[in-house]
Amino acid sequence: MHRRTLLALAAAGLAATSLAGTTVGAQAQEIFKIGLILPMTGASASTGRQIEAAAKLYMAQNGDTVAGKKVQLIVKDDTGVADVTKRLAQELIVNDKVGAVAGFGLTPLALSVAPLATQAKVPQVVMAAATATITEASPFIVRTSFTLPQATQPMAEWASANGMKKVVTLVTDYGPGIDAEKTFTATFTKAGGTVENMRVPLANPDFSPFLQKVADAKPDALFVFVPSGYGAQFMRQFTERGLDKSGIKLIGTGDVTDDDLLNGMGDAALGVVTSHHYSAVHDSAENKAFVAAFKKAAGFRPNFMGVGGYDGMHVLYEGLKKTNGVGGEALVNAIKGMAWTSVRGPVSIDPQTRDIIQNVYIRKVEKVDGELHNVEFATIPNVKDPVKAAKAN
Amino acid sequence: MSHASADSFVQSGIVARTLARRGRWRAPEILFWLAALASIWLLPDRHLILNEIAIIGLFAVSLDLILGYAGIVSLGHAAFFGLGAYTAGLIAKHFALDPLIGLVGAAATAAALGWVTSFLVLRGADLTRLMVTLGVALILAEVANQAAWLTGGADGLQGVIMPAILGRFEFDIFGTTAYVYSLAVTFVLFVIARRIVVSPFGLSLRAIRDNPLRARAVGIPVNARLIAVYTLAAAYAGVAGALLAQTTQFVSLDVIAFHRSADVLLVLVIGGTGYLYGGLVGAVVFKLLQDWLASITPQYWLFWIGLILIVLVLADRDRLTARLTAAWRARAPGPAGGAGPANGPHATPASGER
Repeated sequence: MHRRTLLALAAAGLAATSLAGTTVGAQAQEIFKIGLILPMTGASASTGRQIEAAAKLYMAQNGDTVAGKKVQLIVKDDTGVADVTKRLAQELIVNDKVGAVAGFGLTPLALSVAPLATQAKVPQVVMAAATATITEASPFIVRTSFTLPQATQPMAEWASANGMKKVVTLVTDYGPGIDAEKTFTATFTKAGGTVENMRVPLANPDFSPFLQKVADAKPDALFVFVPSGYGAQFMRQFTERGLDKSGIKLIGTGDVTDDDLLNGMGDAALGVVTSHHYSAVHDSAENKAFVAAFKKAAGFRPNFMGVGGYDGMHVLYEGLKKTNGVGGEALVNAIKGMAWTSVRGPVSIDPQTRDIIQNVYIRKVEKVDGELHNVEFATIPNVKDPVKAAKAN
Repeated sequence: MSHASADSFVQSGIVARTLARRGRWRAPEILFWLAALASIWLLPDRHLILNEIAIIGLFAVSLDLILGYAGIVSLGHAAFFGLGAYTAGLIAKHFALDPLIGLVGAAATAAALGWVTSFLVLRGADLTRLMVTLGVALILAEVANQAAWLTGGADGLQGVIMPAILGRFEFDIFGTTAYVYSLAVTFVLFVIARRIVVSPFGLSLRAIRDNPLRARAVGIPVNARLIAVYTLAAAYAGVAGALLAQTTQFVSLDVIAFHRSADVLLVLVIGGTGYLYGGLVGAVVFKLLQDWLASITPQYWLFWIGLILIVLVLADRDRLTARLTAAWRARAPGPAGGAGPANGPHATPASGER
């Protein structure tokens, strides 16, 4: 007993000293700190890597000084857990006095921070999470990624326009997946098709039993949504079940043929049709320069997560230029209505919803210079998030 | 672990005296709690992580009650933690009652679940228990996921706004109220747990842990005791979960996820089982290590924490402690006799060298 209580004491002492050590930090006024909270470990680690690399690239290209302030990035690992994310955001706001929090790989994580953003009047730039309702959780949230309904609706329209009558949807069972399922079902049935819905759990997804059911149902197409990073596993099981040769067409939002993983999926992915707002082979000068610089700096291909991070930094930079370095509510107001040519095409921030308005492209997986890519073949211009657009009318 | 030789002949006087001696508060313990109290003023901008440490500490104390004292291994302790968190979150969301009522509600629901599932835990040995506890937690996690109308499913419980404690103390953005609140609750529950484990009840639990057959032979109602302690530990875990829900004002499926159960076991491995402080010390060490490493290297901190854990286990924490104690005694020769590591239960010939 005695020696253990002693250990307790020693640990407490150590703790006190190490804690005290970390509190010392200068808070110069000329620094604008951005707390980048990302999943750096675990299943969504690829999202974190992409966004961190893109944010750093943006700073390398545009300098780390804006409106007379030095921009400093503080990267934190949220471990994919909501209460950790919230604590990190709170510490960043309270201790590090960050001017903005950014990142947020998953919907629950973004939502857990929303009340803090409101309370502390700190802009929260959502660079990844894609459930439609997120921007409604706080007036300080700005989104530079996309929303699932935004990407899904054009897919459903394309599917029915191209003669598909019966589709099975297979989505991951959480906010964005349910968004995708609802949007697809509503749009597709309205156009006269029939839809059957299936949901896969978010944790440890095993697609094979569902894929068996899909094979038995013999639909014209299978519509898939999985979070960024899960696509490779899905494609492997899809091929293992022989569905690639069954005549069932694979369609989905661009998450499943994520540029980061696509090249590793093999030729099974060829011909998959998806709708999304970004492809690494998007044909524009801005994008070509971006992809080349990104590959050089990070060593891998950028995907839509990386672009969300890149544009997230862009709105913060441009917003700060407009406000002359003032943060808080003024910064959010400066970002509202901002329009620019992103590497994904023309985009703007909806002043009403603070969500992004952008083109959605229909793409098909093809080989380009020996690598698998999502090649865009149709464009639906200036798509607003349909969920919030429907509410506004 | 060692002396169980003359258990049927002990005089009640000796028992009473032994228990009283064990129940006495020692200087290092008092210092530990004073240090915790002092941290409120000394580390004003670290209250958020300290709050988390206090909560995980309480959660680990709860696991220690069943693992360290009753020898029940569990890989599903998060079931109670999660149930408590959701109970407290829902009470706040729908009734806006005082957080203390939320704590009581969480303790009650978690205790009820603990009582029901304790009958499953009674059956079988360690491996069965691991599977059963794991299974209970997985089932509960899936229920929480499916019951999205109640729990918010994978998006988490939205719109939890916590009223001020006792109508006076609002939760602030610096986490000060949260930390003081969690620390106070943890302290009170710790004192109760400490009182329980040095009571005859606690002694009987240890007897069961060391040898269930012999415990039964000397007339200890083994099953009743195990049910009691399991229910108690569940209530503790429920309170810890409630504290997390109340201080973060958010509940998501992670509160019930497998990694919670695994983390708390890890915390106990770091701190040591069977003396209650293990949970608290482990929580301090684990969270600080995690926070420190994750801020240095957000990508690779898991590697380092894994490495440190392996080293910790290989180097044998008990031996390290024994050396520390020996050093302490050499400096301040106290009345507790027996210098050197030969006093500890791990008095192997190898100890004390190098």
